Amino acid sequence: MVLLTLLAVVTVAIVRQRSLFGVVILAGIYSFLMASVLIVLDAVDVAMTEASVGAGVSTVILLATLHLIKTTEMRSVRRHVLPLFVSAVTGAVLVWGTLVLPPFGTADAVIHKHVVPRYIADTIKETNVPNVVTAVLADYRGYDTLGETTVIFTAGIGVMLLLRGARRRGRTDREKVSP
Amino acid sequence: MSMLMSLIEHYNYVITIFLMMTGLYIVVARGNMVKKLVGLSIFQTSVYLLYIEPGKIIGGTAPIIDPAFTVYSNPLPHVLILTAIVVGVATLALGLALVVRINEAYGTVEEDEIFERDRNT
Repeated sequence: MVLLTLLAVVTVAIVRQRSLFGVVILAGIYSFLMASVLIVLDAVDVAMTEASVGAGVSTVILLATLHLIKTTEMRSVRRHVLPLFVSAVTGAVLVWGTLVLPPFGTADAVIHKHVVPRYIADTIKETNVPNVVTAVLADYRGYDTLGETTVIFTAGIGVMLLLRGARRRGRTDREKVSP
Repeated sequence: MSMLMSLIEHYNYVITIFLMMTGLYIVVARGNMVKKLVGLSIFQTSVYLLYIEPGKIIGGTAPIIDPAFTVYSNPLPHVLILTAIVVGVATLALGLALVVRINEAYGTVEEDEIFERDRNT
């Protein structure tokens, strides 16, 4: 509960921070807090991924971007009332929607009754992997993971094409100037 | 009073939705594209929380089978969110590459300045 409140505080700090460097560092702190919350929620694999990918890789690529662009945010001339109103109303509707969900941590919620008991009972017999998350990710739902790697591959190609084109244009510009 | 009790029981969801709406607010109200992307990732992480929270059982343990334990938290959301985190960082990288390209073409990453320049040409 304390960790969740801290998360909310860090998010408000991100909104108010004008220096993009500060925003990136706060986002890293946010990711580590999120990883701690996930450990408390028993999602150890997810917490490990969040700490390495969310706090590590994301921060590195954000900093690499800041290296290439200006690092302070301009004070916006637009009005903030309408976005605030839209977010507040949407948030209120969503909170109202969650009120009918089963209370936090109950064992007899619907989510625990469907396919999960079978996974927990049979993974050792069928895959010989004690970690159920790994078994489901790589074995039962292996095709999903294949799709995921396809997405990452596509994104990687996109980033490479965008940035390589930029570098080549930069070089030709310089060549035009130098002679 | 019962409404209040219910809110306290669902405190985790309230915070999750607060994070989600803050992310939405940053995406809509702020003009700087890097900040917009950070807001988008805050929105994304709040969705991770929204998925993981119902899977927790109080008194349960992480879903790694061991004879010493009988109650495990729900592993299925964990699997889904593992996939989502990795896809999230891929989209973040692609978005930042686009920001770098926009910065090259316009010399700025502020939405207002970009609109201004488009209007003038």
